[in-house]
Amino acid sequence: MHVDLASIAFWVIAIVLVGASLAVVLQRNIVHAALALIVVFGAAAGIYILLNAEFIAIVQVLIYAGAVTILILFAIMLTQHSMGRNSNPFSTQWWLAALICILLGGGIIYAVGHSVMAIGTATSPVLLAGEGSGVGGTVVRLGQLLYSPFQYSYVLPFEIASVVLLVAIVGAIMIGREEEE
Amino acid sequence: MGVSLQAFLVLGAVVFCIGLFGALSKRNAVSILMGIEIMLNAVNITLVAFASSFLHQQPKNNPLTGQIFAVFIITVAAAEASVALAMIIAIYRRRNTIDVGEINLMRW
Repeated sequence: MHVDLASIAFWVIAIVLVGASLAVVLQRNIVHAALALIVVFGAAAGIYILLNAEFIAIVQVLIYAGAVTILILFAIMLTQHSMGRNSNPFSTQWWLAALICILLGGGIIYAVGHSVMAIGTATSPVLLAGEGSGVGGTVVRLGQLLYSPFQYSYVLPFEIASVVLLVAIVGAIMIGREEEE
Repeated sequence: MGVSLQAFLVLGAVVFCIGLFGALSKRNAVSILMGIEIMLNAVNITLVAFASSFLHQQPKNNPLTGQIFAVFIITVAAAEASVALAMIIAIYRRRNTIDVGEINLMRW
């Protein structure tokens, strides 16, 4: 059985991703959970690099690992009485949540294994980064599909997304503002 | 031996279920938000994997649409995180707790 570098990279990143996700969920100290979340975002960026999605990977590092994690750490600092050992408790019905998640996960994995795809098959290998020479980077094509005003593109939804971000900023400031008497 | 699309989809499903478990079983509101972020990341992995499996298609079929969807999900997730954390801080300022078991004003 021939094992190439991309497959090894996939399995290493997948194990790191699942392990760090479990650490986020199971860690007793919420600051440690937030730090494990950075590892989750970094491993997801590695998966995107492996899938020829360079732009998504860089955006992932900038927005998730940079901005969202800092936001979460600030919220933890502002809302914790003490950074104690048991600052991240489970609710009393955690077993019901575990049952729901196991059933849903089993259902999704069964569907992935047994559904019929319109194009190609689920078991055909994906062209990973570094394999083959015809694909190359996807940043230029993604940019054309996202911004181009002349050909078919998603430029209007992109502008609407910027309005959504503006509304979110204004809403966050309004909600988080101190009430003055 | 390459990695099949199925492996990426199963990875996304497993990470999604771990995030769902965190979002459903935690008492700390910030921890619930962290579970939701993990779920959004798992969905992004699935979409990018589908886009990558169509890369050998003709350019007129727009094989990169999955990556476009991932960009929009990241945008909306950032907006959602900022608003949710502002709400958590506002609730903490008013009630001095972010334990979702004690924020039960709308409980049936």
